Amino acid sequence: MALLEVTQLSISFLQYTKGSRQQTVTVMENLDLAVNEGEIVAVVGASGSGKSLLAHAIMGILPANAVYSGSIRYGGELLDEHLLRQYRGNEIALVPQSVTYLNPLMRVGSQLQTKLDGKAQASERKGLFKRLGLGEHVNRLFPFQLSGGMARKVLVSTAAHSRSRLIIADEPTPGMHPADVAEALSHFKQLAEEGCAVLFITHDIEAAIQIANRVAVIYAGAVVEVAPASDFQGEGEQLRHPYSKALWQALPGNGFIPIAGSQPSKSMDLQGCLFADRCMSAVDSCMSKQPEPRQLRGGTVRCLHAT
Amino acid sequence: MLRGIAVFTGKKIIRLFLLLATVSMITFALVAMSPIDPVQSYIGADVMRVGAEQREEIAAYWGLDKPFAERFMKWAGALIQGDMGTSMIYREAVTKVIGERFMHSVWLMAFAWTLSGIIGFTVGAAAALRKGSWLDRVITGFCYTLASTPAFWVGLLLMMIVAVWLGLLPVGLGVPAGMLAGSVTFFDYIRHMILPGITLSIVGIAPIALHTRQKLIEVMDSDFILFARARGERGARLFFRHALRNIALPAITLQFASFGELFGGAVLAEQVFSYPGLGQATVEAGLRGDVPLLMGLVLCSTLFVFTGNTLADYFYHIVDPRLRLEKGARR
Repeated sequence: MALLEVTQLSISFLQYTKGSRQQTVTVMENLDLAVNEGEIVAVVGASGSGKSLLAHAIMGILPANAVYSGSIRYGGELLDEHLLRQYRGNEIALVPQSVTYLNPLMRVGSQLQTKLDGKAQASERKGLFKRLGLGEHVNRLFPFQLSGGMARKVLVSTAAHSRSRLIIADEPTPGMHPADVAEALSHFKQLAEEGCAVLFITHDIEAAIQIANRVAVIYAGAVVEVAPASDFQGEGEQLRHPYSKALWQALPGNGFIPIAGSQPSKSMDLQGCLFADRCMSAVDSCMSKQPEPRQLRGGTVRCLHAT
Repeated sequence: MLRGIAVFTGKKIIRLFLLLATVSMITFALVAMSPIDPVQSYIGADVMRVGAEQREEIAAYWGLDKPFAERFMKWAGALIQGDMGTSMIYREAVTKVIGERFMHSVWLMAFAWTLSGIIGFTVGAAAALRKGSWLDRVITGFCYTLASTPAFWVGLLLMMIVAVWLGLLPVGLGVPAGMLAGSVTFFDYIRHMILPGITLSIVGIAPIALHTRQKLIEVMDSDFILFARARGERGARLFFRHALRNIALPAITLQFASFGELFGGAVLAEQVFSYPGLGQATVEAGLRGDVPLLMGLVLCSTLFVFTGNTLADYFYHIVDPRLRLEKGARR
């Protein structure tokens, strides 16, 4: 059984349009995802596809005007607020996206140390600082004194607990020096080898396939394909979903081929497949009904034609 | 660090002297141009018994017959030597009048200032933490009402209800009327201070509460609070450890910058309750053309307001490291 199991997760926001009329904007619909212990699952997708929202939904820190349905299970139990209070910052750790997640008026050292942290965590963090090339003095700095790369490393080091069983890393690597990226990735890899489940959210597919066991491709708030990382190779002929292929082929090393159109904003209610209007092989049946996830060659895909 | 403080203080002192010089020149000019004749207001009811010659003598005694520039130079020269002159209405040294009055006012203002700071900050924070609840609505509604109510009117209401109808507290004055100075107790002082103090504090509560509320709502929605929550921080610890410092900035600025309003409010509150403080003395000095006393009071209040602003600046540097430390401190 998977340690983290997200089923049929939908997130929408209540918004005010013109005056006091409320409107719900759906940004994620029926997302399924599972992460096993000792496994790294990368979540890749374009900006605005709902990657960070997924992370926040799991941590239970969505904004107040967000409504969600579906279930998030952790170790078989429904991960509700009660359970989260027990696990947040303890068994489940979040590596956030940017330096704005650090309190601007607190020194780095003192804000990294939460009330749950003891000596063991402090020395663990010290080791990680050293490994990532952060000096001792960084503890005494304020967030505004950190460079972009340093800030990333500080954020990565917040998940430096051997007690963590699930780590959700939200874009942990951009802005870092390539050597440091490798170091950070190997840190996550090591945590996974020690039995930790890692959800690695990124738009850097190359980094993702380096360390992940499986890669989930997310498009407009839905997981369109989950594939073993090894399927991302060559021309992408191993891949199942046309969007995954397009994403892979758009990389500079793989042909640099762009596709037309843009990701639909989910405020409009689409009947059919989310990718249909950009898909080369779309037919009428793609327009009428959204395909359900199905198993295919050791992965999952939401496409009628995938073989 | 020490060097930083020295530079900070040095700059502030230079500014203070420039400010005092400008303020005294402007005030002196305004008084000289005012239609109030100091001789006339000094004589008051004795107008029939004082002849034109005597008037001229009084004017000459005070040096009122000299041209404006000469009077100013003379006053400024004496001031530099530490002599603020003699009050025309109290016939006492200005320093002595101000000193006595200041002791009354300073307690009143300190009481009102502390009260408005604590109440304002607390209710503002409470409203923000319960945003959208009935508590929040009551607090914001109350603050808007306070903000749009003149302080002297609140003073009159309080006086009417608490002092006149209920008879709980004295109507006015700083000490009980007709009592020997020796037999006035500490308790008497406190009793007489409560109503003017509350009236005065009302001026400060609303802005602090509303700013604190707004800032705390902003902070609670910020990414770093989100992250702190994601790491298991919550409740009181989340507030005190992560939010407090961030919302302290606007509150401190407002609180210390409110020294000016406090002084202005004291003029009204003291007038309503006939409280013998600096504010009341200012009104007297202005109405009766007591130039030395008025000048003394103006300089004194300038110094007071300046101190408030300087303290606000200084605490800002203490609370916010971004102002204190150079960005280049990174290695």
